Amino acid sequence: ILLQNRQGKTRLAKYYVPLEDSEKHKVEYEVHRLVVNRDPKFTNFVEFRTHKVIYRRYAGLFFSMCVDITDNELAYLECIHLFVEILDHFFSNVCELDLVFNFHKVYLILDEFILAGELQETSKRAITERMAELEKLE
Amino acid sequence: MNPFSSGTRLRDMIRAIRACKTAAEERAVVRKECAAIRAAISENDQDYRHRNLAKLMFIHMLGYPTHFGQMECLKLIASAGFPEKRIGYLGLMLLLDERQEVLMLVTNSLKQDLNHSNQYIVGLALCALGNICSAEMARDLAPEVERLLHGRDPNIKKKAALCSIRIIRKVPDLAENFMGPAASLLKEKHHGVLIAGVQLCTDLCKANTDALEYLRKNCTEGLVRILKDVSNSPYAPEYDIAGITDPFLHIRVLRLMRMLGQEDADSSEYMNDILAQVATKTESNKNVGNAILYECVETIMGIEATSGLRVLAINILGRFLSNRDNNIRYVALNMLMKAITVDAQAVQRHRTTILECVKDSDASIRKRALELVFLLVNDGNVKPLAKELIDYLEVSDQEFKGDLTAKICSIVEKFSQEKLWYIDQMFKVLSLAGNYVKDDVWHALIVVISNAPDLQGYSVRSLYRALQTSYEQESLVRVAVWCIGEYGEMLVNNVGVLEVEEPMTVTESDAVDAVELALKRHSSDMTTRAMSLIALLKLSSRFTPTSERIKEIVTQHKGSVALELQQRSIEFNSIIQRHQNIKWVTDLLVVNNIARHPLKILVVESMHLLLGCWCMCRSSLVERMPVLDEAAYLGKRAGSSQPTLSAEKSSKPTTSAASLKLPNGVAKPPAAPLVDLLDLSSDDAPVLPSAPNDFLNDLLGIGLPNSSSSGAAPSTTTDLLMDLLSIGTSPAQNGPSDSNVVPSSAKAAESKPAPVTAPVMDLLDGLPSNASPPRDENLVYPTITAFESSTLKIAFSFEKQPEKPQVTLISATFTNLSSSTLTNFIFQAAVPKFVQLHLDPASSSTLPANGNGTITQSLRVTNTQHGQKPLAMRVRMAYKFNDEDKLEQGQISNFPPGL
Repeated sequence: ILLQNRQGKTRLAKYYVPLEDSEKHKVEYEVHRLVVNRDPKFTNFVEFRTHKVIYRRYAGLFFSMCVDITDNELAYLECIHLFVEILDHFFSNVCELDLVFNFHKVYLILDEFILAGELQETSKRAITERMAELEKLE
Repeated sequence: MNPFSSGTRLRDMIRAIRACKTAAEERAVVRKECAAIRAAISENDQDYRHRNLAKLMFIHMLGYPTHFGQMECLKLIASAGFPEKRIGYLGLMLLLDERQEVLMLVTNSLKQDLNHSNQYIVGLALCALGNICSAEMARDLAPEVERLLHGRDPNIKKKAALCSIRIIRKVPDLAENFMGPAASLLKEKHHGVLIAGVQLCTDLCKANTDALEYLRKNCTEGLVRILKDVSNSPYAPEYDIAGITDPFLHIRVLRLMRMLGQEDADSSEYMNDILAQVATKTESNKNVGNAILYECVETIMGIEATSGLRVLAINILGRFLSNRDNNIRYVALNMLMKAITVDAQAVQRHRTTILECVKDSDASIRKRALELVFLLVNDGNVKPLAKELIDYLEVSDQEFKGDLTAKICSIVEKFSQEKLWYIDQMFKVLSLAGNYVKDDVWHALIVVISNAPDLQGYSVRSLYRALQTSYEQESLVRVAVWCIGEYGEMLVNNVGVLEVEEPMTVTESDAVDAVELALKRHSSDMTTRAMSLIALLKLSSRFTPTSERIKEIVTQHKGSVALELQQRSIEFNSIIQRHQNIKWVTDLLVVNNIARHPLKILVVESMHLLLGCWCMCRSSLVERMPVLDEAAYLGKRAGSSQPTLSAEKSSKPTTSAASLKLPNGVAKPPAAPLVDLLDLSSDDAPVLPSAPNDFLNDLLGIGLPNSSSSGAAPSTTTDLLMDLLSIGTSPAQNGPSDSNVVPSSAKAAESKPAPVTAPVMDLLDGLPSNASPPRDENLVYPTITAFESSTLKIAFSFEKQPEKPQVTLISATFTNLSSSTLTNFIFQAAVPKFVQLHLDPASSSTLPANGNGTITQSLRVTNTQHGQKPLAMRVRMAYKFNDEDKLEQGQISNFPPGL
């Protein structure tokens, strides 16, 4: 299960299964190719190798998740949205540059949201509060 | 500033990298940063360690190697402060994965941190463990994680629960330790803990059946209560998404219910009510609502639900299908595919909607819908469905045509009840999307046509008609050309007209025109052209009046750049010139066309061989190609590896075979070895890989019977046969053909390199007398002294198996001439490229002094240019003589001739 967002360039990539670096780059490249040319009217799901990619576009960024073929696509779509909302909340009106310069924070947020490839917390408020607490400790 | 201090801040580095205009600039910046970081690492810089690691992570994300920073992560993790640890763990998760050895070093730090008094640090450790833990770590740290599950802080609990999931996935045996704690997690109020707990339970169920049983007993009730609570709960701002409280929890609970209720009537019954409530109450105008409904439907389908509930579920899917949102339609199609095994009738009701989805503009939906339609097809509805799909084929996207064609073809093949319908549908597909039809599909079609004598006339006429409009469809052209060649006279004479047909008149020259067009059209590929040539050849015997014209067309292709076409044209030309009744050779050539590619060379060669022999036979041959064996073809297509198939076929006598055996003064010598070739190939059948041997037997089986009666001396005829085989291959072809055939048939590879003794034209002109050069039957060669020095003598003796002239077994005998023992004796040999050498192990590595003993070693040498080039060998002996390493070398060129 992987999560990445991109605009041709990878801005965040997290893999919950072990992959070689070269393999990761290949996956990123292929997913990008797959996703970027799709019409907005099309479904947000594309089959990819033995899995499927759930993606959603926010401005110039594609948020893609690669999930098992049996998983609930609609739920993951919602999950992406929730993640974006959390980011939005945290950076107050998030834009790509925020993500580039604070990539490590994005990873930390993601770690509070998804762990071991499974959802950890579904409350936006809980996550932002938790992040604030952790920031204070720094 | 010192360029090697880590002065630049992370932000500055990112900015610098972003400012790069070219990839080269970016590489330069990264290289500089990496150098600085390396320097800092080697100086053991404390202050900037975490900043360096952050930079490394960024560099890693850009795709540069960062392995040198791995140890830094460990150092940071081992340090005391939270910020350091935090960045350390983050680096650990990004730069390393569970397969690296380094990771083992972290186990101890992790253990300490899991027991730390600061809950944030415990959280970090859990998070890292959950993301990258390996099986060993899982075993080591499971007790800590389990303990944390009982803690009080919800943040720690949920993290520990998810960590346990990872642990169970890595080491399923540990599952039982987590059953109790997992069940108690479901009693929590905190949603984060709940959802983590539910997910843990789901994974436990996957891990082992005991856990499934346990949870079924203890948790079903709890789950139903949770679901009831969340679905009935009033507005809860914290978890609200589009008006629904915590849809994620909904979905996770539903999924766990599916696992628990599967094949268990009691718990299923318990769930029925709440499922019905969720299915009816959830609003479906938002994505979240639909997500819940979708999961709910899947659960209803998965468990032993009441029939009423199932109807409700299918209805929800029907509603999904008619939804405008593509996502929803996609999941509906997906779900219906699963539902079809449960309730096919209900799914059939939505057939028209599904068919509409096949025509959607979105590839994902089309693909799903097509698969679903494929499952929906049955004997009753195949005709209208196939018609719909074929109609759509006309207007569909280019990239979708391939999929669609494949599916239509398999539907039509699978459900055809009558041949006429099958042939009709296939023709339609061929003329609409012939370029997308796979080879095996049109091969199958040809087999069917050849097996349906009453439809042959109809087929050839339909194809002729289709050909007029769809010349650009490659496989249509192929099938049409084949049929016109084979059943040309039915086209002209209107044989076997069906009632539905419109009458049409085609003259002989029209038919030739059609084939000529296929041959000359520049978009035709090699196979099509070759097939056209063959068709023309066949027509030349069927339509005598056009024979002259055909000869002209064939002659034009004598200068073709494509080797195969050129070769064929020349051969056919000479055939047309000399003979009239040429049927069976041409049939053989057609078989060649159907052959799968890797076999081609082999087949072409055998063909040449047969062609040569046939030319000498000058006997009359069969009129039409023998009916292709349908069952055998299907069997072969299914990739079956039963040698019996081929045996049965090779023994099938045909009339043409008899003709070959006609005692004819001129033809006799080559005919005998030819028969032997067949004999040989059928004898070898069991050891050869099935497909090629099948094929070879097929090919030969059509032409000749299993002739055990030949009875000629095996050694000479085999040689002869090899000669014949090699005649077909021009020297230029030798290299590539070798590599082509080697994997498919060892036998063929061995026989190929036999010397070319007679040029092909000799054979064609009927001068076979020199085809079998005399061979020494006894094959005795003198023993030679291959090498002799002051210390060492090597003698070679030779042995040859008569049926493999190019293989020589050499046994080398080493004798020590000096007065001290040689130890560590190693013999090495090198041969020129055209020779293959296999060295067996030596009998010993110690050689006693004064010739008081010998070492023997056998070598197997295969001379691929046997008869053309003599054997040569370079040898090297390494040994210890009086505790001194010695090396001797020599060249052996005194091999007896004929090796």
